[in-house]
Amino acid sequence: MPIAKSLRAIGRRSINSVWRLGFATRFLALTLFYSGTSFRRFHLTVKEIFSSGVMSLIIILVSGMFVGMVLGLQGYETLKRYGSESALGSLVALSLVRELGPVLAALLFASRAGSAMTAEIGLMKATEQISAMEMMAVNPIARVVAPRFWAGVISMPLLAALFSAMGVFGGYVVGVVVIGVDEGSFWSQMQGAVDFQHDVMNGVLKSFVFGVAVTAIALFEGFDAPPTAEGVSGATTRTVVQSSLAILMLDFILTAFMFRGA
Amino acid sequence: MPTQSLVEIRDVNFSYDQRPILNGINMSFGKGKLIAVMGGSGCGKTTLLRLIGGALKPTKGEVRIDGQVIHELDMAGLYAMRRKMGMLFQFGALFTDMSVYDNVAFQMREHTDLPDEIIHDLVMMKLHAVGLRGTHHLMPTELSGGMARRVALARTVALDPMLIMYDEPFAGLDPISLSVVGQLIRKLNDALGATSVIVTHDVQESLKIVDYVYFIAEGVIVAEGTPAEIIASDKPYVHQFVHGEMDGPIPFHYAAANSYAQDLGVNV
Repeated sequence: MPIAKSLRAIGRRSINSVWRLGFATRFLALTLFYSGTSFRRFHLTVKEIFSSGVMSLIIILVSGMFVGMVLGLQGYETLKRYGSESALGSLVALSLVRELGPVLAALLFASRAGSAMTAEIGLMKATEQISAMEMMAVNPIARVVAPRFWAGVISMPLLAALFSAMGVFGGYVVGVVVIGVDEGSFWSQMQGAVDFQHDVMNGVLKSFVFGVAVTAIALFEGFDAPPTAEGVSGATTRTVVQSSLAILMLDFILTAFMFRGA
Repeated sequence: MPTQSLVEIRDVNFSYDQRPILNGINMSFGKGKLIAVMGGSGCGKTTLLRLIGGALKPTKGEVRIDGQVIHELDMAGLYAMRRKMGMLFQFGALFTDMSVYDNVAFQMREHTDLPDEIIHDLVMMKLHAVGLRGTHHLMPTELSGGMARRVALARTVALDPMLIMYDEPFAGLDPISLSVVGQLIRKLNDALGATSVIVTHDVQESLKIVDYVYFIAEGVIVAEGTPAEIIASDKPYVHQFVHGEMDGPIPFHYAAANSYAQDLGVNV
C-alpha cells in the first residue's frame, strides 16, 4: 500500500518536527534560565563575542561595501530616469538601514558564525567534552551555550550597523566620487529622509531579533547533533538553511508590522 | 571485599528502549580500592559507569555512592556528588579551545574561589604528578595521544575526588604510554586515598594494577575475583578473554539467518 506508506512517512516527519520544535523551545528556555553565568562572568561572553562577532567583521565590512556600491550604481541609473539623482543618498541609506543591513548581515552571520557555533558544539559533543563538563558538575548550557547565545545577540545589531555604515560609504564612493552626484545633496537628502526612531531603531530591532533566531538555531543544532562526522555536517547544513529561512520569514513579519502604511 | 564500601550496586537492570543491557548486577567497591570492570565490546561496561555517574537511571535496582542513591538526587544534589567524583574519558575529552593549564584549572575555577596564585601552584603540582609540567602552555592538539590522556588524568584528579572512573584509559596507547598511564592510575589512587573503577578491555595491564576484577558478559557478571583468581580461573569465558582466544563462549561467527552453504548457493 504505497499511499499508506507515504501517509505514515508524512505523519512520522510531522511528529518529529513537532518534537524538535518542542525540544528547541525548551532548549531556548533553559538557555535563558541559565544565563546568569554569562553576565556574572562576562569575560566568557566577551571571548565568544570575539569568536563570533569580531571574526565576522571582515566578511561583513567587505560585503557591506560592495552592496552599497551596487546600490549606488543601480539607484543612480533608476533615479536618473526621473531626474532625482540627488535622492541617491536617501535611497542608499533607507535601503540599508531598513532592510539590507539587518537581513544581509544576518545571512552572512548565519553562514560565518552560526555554522561555526554548530560545528564547534557538535564536535565538543562528539569528542565527549560536553559529557566531561557534566561529569565535572558544570552545566554545559550555562558554561558553553549561554555565553555564545548572548555573544550572538550582542554582536548581530553591531554587525548590522557596521554593514549599513560601510554600505553608505560604498554608495558615497560610487555615487559622489565616481559618478559625480553632488556631495551636499547626497548627505542632506540622506539626513532628511532617514528618521532615527522609525528607520534606524526598527533596523536595530530587526537585527536583534535575527540575532536571537540565528544564534538559537545554531546552538540547538550543535547541541542536538548526532555525535558523528555525518551528524555534525548535517547539523551545520541545517543551521545555515533554517537560519536563512527564519531570517527572511521574520523580516517579512517585522516589516509588515513596522513599516505598514509608513 | 572490605565491608566499608564507597559504591554499592544492588540488583541493577538497565535497558535502552526495549533492549536489555544490564541484568541483575551486584557490585561493591571498597574504599581505597582499584576495581576493574572487564568484558567484550557492547557488554554494558560504559553504561555501568554512566549509571554510577548518575548520567543514566537504572530501570530496576539502585546505585549508592557514599550512602546516597545517586539516581534519586535532584540536580543540585547530583552536581554536589559529582564534585567528589572524577572521570577520565576514553580519549581524554580535553577542552580543545583551552590550553593544558586551563584544562587542569577548569574545575578549580568553576567550583572554588581560590586565588590565581594558588590555582597556579595546584595546576603545576597536578601536571608534575603526571610528568607533564612542561606542557602547561600547549594546546591539546599539540599533545600526543598518551600525553593527552595524562593531562586528562591530571584534570580528573584536580579536586582530589573520592571516586575516580576510567573509561577505557588504555585504548589506543603505545606500550610505554600504556604502562605509564597504568602506573599513574595506581599511584594517584593510593596517594589520594580514592576509590577507582576502570572499565577496560586491556587484561594484561589492568591485572597488574587492580585489586579486584568483575567480568561482564551479556549484561550479567560472569566472574569476579582478585587478579590472581582471575588468571587461575578455568571458567571458559574468563579463559577466552584473558588469553585472547579466537573462539569460545564468545563465538567468532556472528549468527547468520542462513547456513554457510545456503549463502553460497551450494546444494548439499
